[in-house]
Amino acid sequence: MNEKTEKLIDKKGIRGDGRKVDELRPLKLQVGVLPNADGSAYIEHGKNKILAAAYGPREMHPKHLAQADRMVLRARYHMAPFSVQERKSPAPSRREVELSKVIKESLEPALFLELYPRTGVDVFIEVLQADGGTRCASITAAALAIADAGVPMRDLVVACAAGKVEDQVVLDLYDAEDKLGSADVPVAYMPNLNAITLLQMDGILAPAEFEKAVSMAMDGCKKIYEIQKEALKTKYMVVKETDKEIEE
Amino acid sequence: MSSLVTKVKVKQIEALLEKGTRMDGRTLLDTREIKIEQGIIEKAEGSARVLLGKTEVVVGVKVETGEPFPDTPKDGVMTVNAELVPLASPNFEPGPPDENSIELARVVDRGIRESHAVDTEKLCIEEGKQVFVVFVDVYVLNHDGNLIDASALAAMAALLNTKMPNYEIKDGELKIKQGYTPLPMKSHPITVTIGKINGKLVVDPALEEESVMDSRITFATNEEGNICAIQKGLSGCFTPQQILDASKIALDKAVELRKKLNW
Repeated sequence: MNEKTEKLIDKKGIRGDGRKVDELRPLKLQVGVLPNADGSAYIEHGKNKILAAAYGPREMHPKHLAQADRMVLRARYHMAPFSVQERKSPAPSRREVELSKVIKESLEPALFLELYPRTGVDVFIEVLQADGGTRCASITAAALAIADAGVPMRDLVVACAAGKVEDQVVLDLYDAEDKLGSADVPVAYMPNLNAITLLQMDGILAPAEFEKAVSMAMDGCKKIYEIQKEALKTKYMVVKETDKEIEE
Repeated sequence: MSSLVTKVKVKQIEALLEKGTRMDGRTLLDTREIKIEQGIIEKAEGSARVLLGKTEVVVGVKVETGEPFPDTPKDGVMTVNAELVPLASPNFEPGPPDENSIELARVVDRGIRESHAVDTEKLCIEEGKQVFVVFVDVYVLNHDGNLIDASALAAMAALLNTKMPNYEIKDGELKIKQGYTPLPMKSHPITVTIGKINGKLVVDPALEEESVMDSRITFATNEEGNICAIQKGLSGCFTPQQILDASKIALDKAVELRKKLNW
């Protein structure tokens, strides 16, 4: 975004990138994109481009981290140095350490950890391009990667943010809104179980605005959920079609 | 992380919660006793010790001069760091900050930053060149649960106790003068953490409760009753209704604490 943008939302309620206040950015999800990983997914959410790979369940390394009564899920959220305007040092920042932790905690409720004692599942997330809302897009992709690895799940986890821009509650903030807006509320959600697995906020919101933001983000999550499920099915549709070709 | 708790104790905690009470006799909505002592470290520009039940946290504030961030040339800098020092718990180990101490520091930071508690504009010495840098260092001395609330409280108490050196600019050079002025503050955020055990929401979880709770949620709120920061933690989840209930509890608790602390 250039500095000249005066208003993030115009009089007609149209945002800087042409969206309505309750509209999601264009979304593209693809499953099984990395041959070496047990499961993988790629997401394009607006200008965000993020890869997620899942490995496991496999033996834990180092071994002493294994838990006798459950599986250990590890998540690593990492931004590529070229993913943002100013080059980011490749060393993990404090922000990335915190996000790795909250992403892991947002995915754990979906897994049957107690059924896989002594094993580990690793989820690696690489942000190739960031444009606001990367933690949410990362969770959406990471859940798909775990599902693609064949790890049983209670539900997919899907995430989306809402926030406050120009005194209005809006869905799915992009970079400029995230930086110039007055609040950001990322939410991760398991739609089938009606359970929120990640909730953070920064900025200032009145309690009523907060309530509206959470419900708006949940509605956004439900829409992305459909795309997520479609992406998972699509992988196997392609396999079926190739099968047919062989038979013919 | 949390320490081991026997299954008998887990059952006991859960049974008590069903009856609306807790191991230490509190109701589900009670905070433990709070003690605040300010100015305990003379060499720091500001300091405070907070006891939240048996959880003990010391915060020291150091003020130095440095460069502003390029995107905020007119603002001073405030940074929060947290150390889970090994003397505070058998489960803390020496070494670089792990994800738990980084999360703690960032949640405390977010509450102070997003409520604009420190008036960073007034910390500017020369735009784009020199500003005051406020280092808030959280030192956990005894871990008995709810480090977030104890640390947030101690950080605010230390900032309210912080004195800035007086200065003048002579020939473009910064000269420190005699005397001090208080650190400019704009807001007093209050942080309240709520744990979820067996579907029940409990305020200010103690250590043994933390080891059985499946998730927690932290709200920082300001004087106007607005929410300025939230962090959900641990591997459990909340229903949307539980989130709303928790936010109401946190807002009510903050009003109560604000009265008690006179913030």
